[in-house]
Amino acid sequence: MGKFILRRVGVMLLTALCLTFIVFFLTNLYPNLEKLAKTQGNFRMSDGEVATYLNNNGYLQPTIVKYGQWLGFLPGYVIEGTDGNIRAKCAAPGQPIEEAPRFCGVLQGEWGRSTVIKEDVGKIIREKLALTGILMFWVMLLMVPSALIIGVLAGMREGSRTDRTLSTFSIATTATPEYVSGVLFIAIFASSAVGLKWFKGTATTAMDNITFENFFLPVLTIAAYGMGYIARMTRASMAEVMTSQYIRTARLKGVSFGNIVLKHALRNALIAPFTVIMLQFPWLLNGVVIVETLFNYKGFGWVLVLAAGNNDIELLLAVSVISVIVVLVTQLISDIGYVYLNPRISVT
Amino acid sequence: MNDALSWGGIITQIILQFMPTLIALVITFAVSITYKRKLGLYGKLFDSTIGMIGLALVLFWVYTAVFAGVFDLIATHDPLDQSASMKKKLPGTPYTKLIGTPDPEAGAYYLLGGDNLGRDVFSRVIAGSIKVILIAPFATIFAFMVGITLGLPAGYYGGKFDTVLSFIANLVLAFPVILLFYLLVTPEIVLTGIPVYMAGVLFIFPVIFLVILWNSRYHTQPAKRNVYLAVTLVIGLWAYLGIAWDMDPLGIISFPPNLLVVFVSVVFVNSPTVFRIVRGLALDIKTRDYVAAAQTRGEGPWYIMLWEILPNARGPLLVDFCLRIGYTTILLGTLGFFGLGLESESADWGKMIIDGRRLLSANILHIAIPPALALLTLVLGLNFLADGLREESLRD
Repeated sequence: MGKFILRRVGVMLLTALCLTFIVFFLTNLYPNLEKLAKTQGNFRMSDGEVATYLNNNGYLQPTIVKYGQWLGFLPGYVIEGTDGNIRAKCAAPGQPIEEAPRFCGVLQGEWGRSTVIKEDVGKIIREKLALTGILMFWVMLLMVPSALIIGVLAGMREGSRTDRTLSTFSIATTATPEYVSGVLFIAIFASSAVGLKWFKGTATTAMDNITFENFFLPVLTIAAYGMGYIARMTRASMAEVMTSQYIRTARLKGVSFGNIVLKHALRNALIAPFTVIMLQFPWLLNGVVIVETLFNYKGFGWVLVLAAGNNDIELLLAVSVISVIVVLVTQLISDIGYVYLNPRISVT
Repeated sequence: MNDALSWGGIITQIILQFMPTLIALVITFAVSITYKRKLGLYGKLFDSTIGMIGLALVLFWVYTAVFAGVFDLIATHDPLDQSASMKKKLPGTPYTKLIGTPDPEAGAYYLLGGDNLGRDVFSRVIAGSIKVILIAPFATIFAFMVGITLGLPAGYYGGKFDTVLSFIANLVLAFPVILLFYLLVTPEIVLTGIPVYMAGVLFIFPVIFLVILWNSRYHTQPAKRNVYLAVTLVIGLWAYLGIAWDMDPLGIISFPPNLLVVFVSVVFVNSPTVFRIVRGLALDIKTRDYVAAAQTRGEGPWYIMLWEILPNARGPLLVDFCLRIGYTTILLGTLGFFGLGLESESADWGKMIIDGRRLLSANILHIAIPPALALLTLVLGLNFLADGLREESLRD
């Protein structure tokens, strides 16, 4: 098991390296750098001014050198600008060049500075990840139990009226993208004309103080979209387990239906939903982007959109590292969880 | 000057506008139900209520797109036509044009009201259906071609080839989709030509797929094979040059560059998932006896992959195909939501929803709700259809 996890961590590092290099390459293409220069300076900069700005800030070095500097393998640039000032990558604002460290990359624990938010990337990511983490936590708390209950109830007797009703409901929730259900929820529950006015249509206030009123709609919107998928998978695996030999044997021996479902079927039926629940985490990162934008909740997704829109290179790199880790760690957990749910499965 | 329509009047008018679609739908269903025993899996769909509902919803939008796109029916106004006096007007408001002469062929009412620029919401929803119906299925077909052409050998041969391809697939999957689109669809990247090169790589796969398909099947009958290959290569490469490189020598096929970028990106994000599904199925099916039998017969590997493994994987692939069209539709909407999709003027559902969303707090609901409902019904229909297909194909 230890060797298996070690190998997976190795693959994870390799994937993160490749992915960040792709992001690095794409964000460092000249038209993108030009966009960055114009958002940093002003939108009427001439081509010459753009080139000067980029050169003064070290953006015109070869891509591979810049990538090395970001990683911390190569020493950060020290460039004398056309205005006579010397700029160093590793100098904090106001810090004299002589006191700045030579290396400042990810390996040294420095994630760089965001050009659009003007703060330390590490700090931004920590804060925003915490906000999104809270959102995800409540989504999971609402989504997973309700999806499992719906799935198990529907899968207990396939084709029954309960099954059809619950299946239609769960297809309808997955078939509705978040930007549709979010809009409908706001119209129904928050709009002041025809709406019920139960909740607030934005979650801006939830960033400081989470209440049921300002947080329930975003949570419900994401949970509704993800719920149907988990419920459908649970239903399918539950229906399959219920037709197996040992369930029939148990029934013939006179075990009550409730006991069969809870004690015999459930554990075996949980393997597939477990995989799917783990796959939901990386997907949640995407779902969250839309809902955070819709409800104006400035978390991880909001940062992603802001950084991508302004070509904030170092922020985007940090975001992609986080996504790779989320995707691959959840995959790893699901592989290991498999072994605990069904000891016959071996991962190594 | 007409009076504003009541809700009853609006609904009657809308049903009248949809008449060509509804008639086509009734005819399709009548014919299909009569001959359902002779129509294979498609006919069996009419045994399941859920499948029929799904088919009806999907066909509704397909016919609407066809009638609106080809015959210019259904829509009452030009989707881009603005009228300053119709801004944010409620459903059923009589149409007046503030500037210029009114279009004599335009309808008398804005059936679902006007949007924030004074354009007819009803006509824009109809115009949006054409885009969705055109792009989503084709993008899905292309993604399937790429996924199948690479996934079959990866699963069948395994080894280094599989390791490399799986790594690349995982790499694409690890990208947050939104970031990927920001990196591919923004004008800055389009300037560099990267999307065109990607189109150049991805769009050759349908041609490769068909060439291998014919060659593996008919290589014992060279005459037949050569005809098939010639037809595929001529038409395929011609379309390939026109679509991917915009270099059609005859100048007939051309693809709007803006549309191409969105199309390529959608194919690109869908392909790895299809690849993984196909690879998984191939890993499973290659252990079956009939594959061993074909190997003993001395069939070539591509024959076994395409004519033994693929047909036996059709069940899950068909269902995934239906679901993926829905997923692609949602994705196109998501792109529109972030302003990354098609050009901003055009009517597409995602863009309409995000535009209308801003007015929800001002109690103007009629701009965002119609496109939202349109998207919901289409995706719901596709899912029901997939469900019906799965349940009926399992009954064999």
